Amino acid sequence: MQPYEQLLADLMAEDERIVVMTAENRAALRTLPEVVGDRFIDVGIAEQTMIGAAAGLALRGRIPIVHALSTFLVYRAFEFVRTDVGIGRLPVKLVGAVPGFLSDGNGPTHQAVEDIALMWGIPDMGIFAPADEDELLEGLPAVIAAPEPYYIRFIGFPGRVAHTEPFALGTSETLSEGDDVAIVSYGFCVGLAVEAARLLSEAGIGCRVVNLRTIAPLDREALLDACELPLVVTIEDHFLHNGLASILAGILMEEQVVANVLPIGLPTWFRPGTLDRVLEHAGFTPAQLADRIRQRLES
Amino acid sequence: MTDDRIESLRATALAVREHIVRMSTDGGCFIGASLSCADLVVFLYEEFLSIEGPDDPDRDLLFLSKGHDVPALYGTFVELGWMAPERLGSHLDPADHVYWHPNRSVPGVEFHSGSLGHLLPVAVGVAMDAKLRGESRRVVVITGDGELDEGTNWEALLVASAHGLDNLTVVVDRNAFQANMRTEELVPLEPLEDKFAAFGATARRVDGHDFAALAEVFDALPYRDDGPSVVIAETVRGKGLPSIAERADRWFVNFTHDEVEALLGELHGEGPADLTSDTLVVR
Repeated sequence: MQPYEQLLADLMAEDERIVVMTAENRAALRTLPEVVGDRFIDVGIAEQTMIGAAAGLALRGRIPIVHALSTFLVYRAFEFVRTDVGIGRLPVKLVGAVPGFLSDGNGPTHQAVEDIALMWGIPDMGIFAPADEDELLEGLPAVIAAPEPYYIRFIGFPGRVAHTEPFALGTSETLSEGDDVAIVSYGFCVGLAVEAARLLSEAGIGCRVVNLRTIAPLDREALLDACELPLVVTIEDHFLHNGLASILAGILMEEQVVANVLPIGLPTWFRPGTLDRVLEHAGFTPAQLADRIRQRLES
Repeated sequence: MTDDRIESLRATALAVREHIVRMSTDGGCFIGASLSCADLVVFLYEEFLSIEGPDDPDRDLLFLSKGHDVPALYGTFVELGWMAPERLGSHLDPADHVYWHPNRSVPGVEFHSGSLGHLLPVAVGVAMDAKLRGESRRVVVITGDGELDEGTNWEALLVASAHGLDNLTVVVDRNAFQANMRTEELVPLEPLEDKFAAFGATARRVDGHDFAALAEVFDALPYRDDGPSVVIAETVRGKGLPSIAERADRWFVNFTHDEVEALLGELHGEGPADLTSDTLVVR
């Protein structure tokens, strides 16, 4: 079994409340079905029914971990997530596949670049956006054990980031220190941020890189600390509006803090292609990110 | 079913209808759909479902997906002794939770509803859980007929059938109306039995106001051992009040106290109430 499904199998062996569901997305669940038997439930291509049924299972004491591509999980079934899981405050864990840039060649129908906006809008909904598979595996037990519903931006790449701190919900991780710029990011983009910071440090620009890990609960303190540096950069494979940049703007308004912020995100759906070419076209390679940050510092 | 039992159920249903009528003022309620399913809800709780009380851990589970009928549900809860009658008086008081749709702050409500096409999917999950645990618990969902326009009901039936959920029963309150008009004039639903059959569910049709007939079709459940059963209960929107029955403009109403008194008289066989309040067709 792959590490993700091995972890699920281990957690399911320890806790019989856990059931794993999918709307026929088995990319990360190849072998698990035969291992866990009836506690693997595939409803077919029916995301709304899957979320409703997950709410029903949770109502009866289960912890359903449900799988679909992020777009169909979060957008097609949004009203079921909001109305059944959200209003019901039920511990359903929503695992969204290929979020953000990871949908690479699929095109805009499959681009979850509004997912943070929607999930942030549901009270008590947690959002876990691991930077790599290692963090996904380290954080998942806490996410599953939490009484709240959670949306998880799935990532299957191991070893993208050298993690520095043990995982905790609502606590960010500082990956590097520096006094000139703070880069705040989550999920897949954290790896890009780390690389951009390395390029900047080679040019004598000190970067603090903050990996948020969970967007909800949010490490507000780390964000406000970052705002004390001369420049704060948010990097996300999400629309510029209603993602991390907007969340930060709201915090600055609430706290009456003035900060110099460079928001890097997507103005609209990105041009599909292979991942490396997507990043290049969208201006998200580490070199392009470093250039934008340097230009902003020089302006 | 004995004649005495039928009389007793009728008396309870009449009391529930009185509660419904009393909730049709000071903000109003969805009176027509509540009156259509009052007999059904009373029958299910009094005769069919195995429930010692709202906290009974082994209880059968009923989900009211057509949330507008909540006065019928709460009225029944009052008659069962699960809900203090005074609480109906706090209808639409934000300090309590008694409003136009059911919610779990009222003991006995299994899950909130209001958005149509939700509780059949939710009940699929509940029925799956009962199967996983090897329980004999029955899971019942009451839907409206207009509610069947929502695709998620049919999606959920496909899934229920695929998973062999013979512990799931869908009860359609077939009052032939949706909000503003007759269902068959907007998006025709018939032939419903054929539609359910095509989705892997077996349906039977019954007079939803005839307690003896209801007992017969519910006693015969489940209708198949490889998927859900459906009871299509033919009912009359506004049943019990000729001045309201089968009137498209008596969907949501907000009557004066005098009109409520007149309607209570009408329930007890007095002449038709003289209703002059504007009725709100769309809510």
